[in-house]
Amino acid sequence: MDSRQKVLEVSGLRTSFFTDGGVVPAVDGVDFDLYRGEVLGIVGESGCGKSVTSLSVMGLVPNPPGKVTGGEIVYGGTDLLKLNERKMRKVRGNEIAMIFQEPMTSLNPLFTIGDQMIEPLRIHRKISKKAARGKAVDMLRLVGLPRAEEIMDEYPHQLSGGMRQRVMIAMALICEPKVLIADEPTTALDVTIQAQILKLVKDLNERLDTAVLLITHDLGVVAETCSRVIVMYAGKVVEEGPVGEIFRNPQHPYTEGLLKSVPDMRFKQERLDPIPGNVPRPGSIQTGCRFAARCPYAFGRCTGEDPELYETGDGHRARCFLRERKEAAAYEGALAEG
Amino acid sequence: MKEPLLKVEGLKKHFPVRKGALGRVKGHVKAVDGVSFDVMPGETLGIVGESGCGKSTTGRLLMRLLEPTEGKVTFDGRELTALGGDEMRKMRRDIQMVFQDPYASLNPRHTIGKILEEPLLVHGVKDPKVRKRKVREFLEIVGLSGYHASRYPHQFSGGQRQRIGIARALMTNPKLIIADEPVSALDVSIQSQVLNLMQDLQREFGLTYIFISHDLSVVRHISDRVAVMYLGRIVEIAESDRLYGMPLHPYTQALLSAVPVPDPGFVREQIVLEGDIPSPADPPPGCPFHSRCPFRMEICKSKVPALTEQETGHSVACHLYTEEARGDDNKTLVTEGSL
Repeated sequence: MDSRQKVLEVSGLRTSFFTDGGVVPAVDGVDFDLYRGEVLGIVGESGCGKSVTSLSVMGLVPNPPGKVTGGEIVYGGTDLLKLNERKMRKVRGNEIAMIFQEPMTSLNPLFTIGDQMIEPLRIHRKISKKAARGKAVDMLRLVGLPRAEEIMDEYPHQLSGGMRQRVMIAMALICEPKVLIADEPTTALDVTIQAQILKLVKDLNERLDTAVLLITHDLGVVAETCSRVIVMYAGKVVEEGPVGEIFRNPQHPYTEGLLKSVPDMRFKQERLDPIPGNVPRPGSIQTGCRFAARCPYAFGRCTGEDPELYETGDGHRARCFLRERKEAAAYEGALAEG
Repeated sequence: MKEPLLKVEGLKKHFPVRKGALGRVKGHVKAVDGVSFDVMPGETLGIVGESGCGKSTTGRLLMRLLEPTEGKVTFDGRELTALGGDEMRKMRRDIQMVFQDPYASLNPRHTIGKILEEPLLVHGVKDPKVRKRKVREFLEIVGLSGYHASRYPHQFSGGQRQRIGIARALMTNPKLIIADEPVSALDVSIQSQVLNLMQDLQREFGLTYIFISHDLSVVRHISDRVAVMYLGRIVEIAESDRLYGMPLHPYTQALLSAVPVPDPGFVREQIVLEGDIPSPADPPPGCPFHSRCPFRMEICKSKVPALTEQETGHSVACHLYTEEARGDDNKTLVTEGSL
């Protein structure tokens, strides 16, 4: 894994929201690396910090009330958090691009698709209007839109949801970024359209060698699209590993519970196995394992101490004390045998 | 043989599209265009489909929250579509609805107690003590506590609010509950809690469910039978094991193959449909699905296929399975033979 080139290194990232009700640590010490050409998934439920993580990378956390309070986001040898707004603008949309959940609200309804497609090129590249238009048309074709020439002169409301999301992807990729962040790109779309968009993202990832950070709550989407995955819970990474490993051999009780609680369309289950309790509000738990209150395996230590991320396999890590226990048991077992 | 609790025949809802300064009717959105099905007592019928297929409109038509343009709905032997306003209101005691958005369907200015008492008041439970006792009882049934009655909706999480929505639906001891996307707004780990609750309540109170959702995995889990809708019509209906195991309609096949499965080792042939769902204001002639169908034939472009039973309880609306299309093939065979 280390032989591959890292394009983005996030370490110790902390992003907090300063509200009247106190400081809410939405992202609470997140580390991950994104490798060239991979699709890395970030999965978690509402309030786990997955979207705030991606906004932090883009430098788009609404301030006030939000602020990145610590950590590093290294891209191409520079810490993005240290860049001023003018320099950050050269990275955003050019080196790192982002697509959002709701393509209707992220396209400007008053400008034609063409105007909006050309804008990033005119900002980031010295290029004539005519050449920019030609490139924009090519891009629309690349994402599989029919009648690309005509669409250039149409307005967002004239397109369907699936087409708008294709336009968003075309716009994000027009400057050939190294990193594409996709925040729930298919959540607002129908299943058959979702399948089209996910296939497109995977195709473009392979063809253009763009690394994709895919943020989703849908384990099915992760299983079908990603090569590696990060599971987040209450602002922290609780597990990280290759997709096959995470689904077949989850090491964190939260991941295990999440996998067990979703119905699988292929089988008829008598009863689902839910995770008890509620998803905690960000910042409501400050000490110990954030999942302890809902965890079936929790023991005394879990509520008092913060577990670290334990190495559990090749590229597989889990933030759980059980891991230490298993190791201790294995060690004692080996001693007893030896 | 048991009588169906609910019988729907040829249900239609066409919304007029008005344009221009005079507001002249310039066509219709055929949101529901001839839907028929039965629901047996104690069963769960799932209705699945993508946005704009008419599944939610169907749900609202059954309760007559919307007036049908055409068609007949019979509930428990009485024709709902013929009832007057007052009589219909009384019938709604037996048919209740659970909505998708537990944030929007509970009045933020009322306490949970007041919200839950309302249906009892409307249906003539005059004694406040009886009402209060019932509120506490049902809060406990859905996994909350009696003291929650004095709180306001914003003090609850999404999952808890949906439990309150379910409790409200249960207050009048209904026979049928129409649940429109009841778990879609909830987090994955909370969805399964609410689904389990709904199954427990069904067993305990002998409820009949119509479960409307776009989530095919959830529908399979909860339903005994499933109807698949596309552009205002039912294209296939069968027992859920059968529908998921052996889908007949090309749309059902594509829909099932498009659902992401939480298993990275799962390999399958995915049918990725071309194009978008056509607008219900301007549906294609003939079979509504023909513009995206990988198997379309000439007949599909002009003639709407009827929903016909292929096997016991498994009906499909597709020319691949109709006598007529098969008959055409036979005819060509016969003419060739006679030459």
